[in-house]
Amino acid sequence: MDQKKYAKLEQGITPKPPILKNCIKAFLVGGAFCLVAQFIALFYMTFFDFTERTASNPTVATMIFISMLLTGFGLYKKIGQIGGAGASVPITGFGNAVVSAAIEHKSEGYVLGVGGNIFKLAGSVILFGVFSAFLVALVKTILVKLGVVSW
Amino acid sequence: MFSIYITSFIVGGLICVIGQLMFDVAKMTPAHTLCTLVVAGSILDGFGLYEPLIDFAGTGATIPITSFGNALTHGALAEAEKHGLIGVLTGMFEVTSSGISAAILFGFIASFIFKPKGNL
Repeated sequence: MDQKKYAKLEQGITPKPPILKNCIKAFLVGGAFCLVAQFIALFYMTFFDFTERTASNPTVATMIFISMLLTGFGLYKKIGQIGGAGASVPITGFGNAVVSAAIEHKSEGYVLGVGGNIFKLAGSVILFGVFSAFLVALVKTILVKLGVVSW
Repeated sequence: MFSIYITSFIVGGLICVIGQLMFDVAKMTPAHTLCTLVVAGSILDGFGLYEPLIDFAGTGATIPITSFGNALTHGALAEAEKHGLIGVLTGMFEVTSSGISAAILFGFIASFIFKPKGNL
């Protein structure tokens, strides 16, 4: 059996993921994370000197703190099993990737284990984020300098 | 005032649904999905489309990982506006510093406190 035939056979046999059900779960879990964050933003706007725009920075940090607790107590994995992308797309999923990598590699020591592996999972997001931001900003800056578009 | 809670829930949920469709329909790995979403966020900000979404949905737009790409591009563009091309490099982490530093800090703290449980 060649590889193509095998891939076709595998496709036929593997059960199809319940797409609609998964999407509804992702919608509810992801939406719930954003809703919680909105209340945290309200907290920062009411009790501290933050505007609607600047409140997003401490809100993100707080969400990552929550994600640290959820990951540490082993709850984030369960949320991920229910929510799928609803758990990995919000910034808490990024936090979970960093925190879980740090905890899991603790046994190899703090410098080589934690330090060396903390961005093992989240590194690709940072790499492609920085690279695409660089390209987009570079192109836009050049276009503005040439007078094609404005800021 | 209260409509922001509804739009936040719906927009945040919809971005996660896009991610779920990339998992299930396009058969992408979680890492590929997240990278694609980050790149999409940064391109959207290049066209100036992400800021209106934040005004409309609040945390529904700032909490999904797309906002990470948006924040990187936004910082780079804001600095480029002031200092020209070199600002693209120097301004990149200006806006998004809280997310990265919080992740590093809390990740390190967590490695002191918690025991490994096979979370990866």
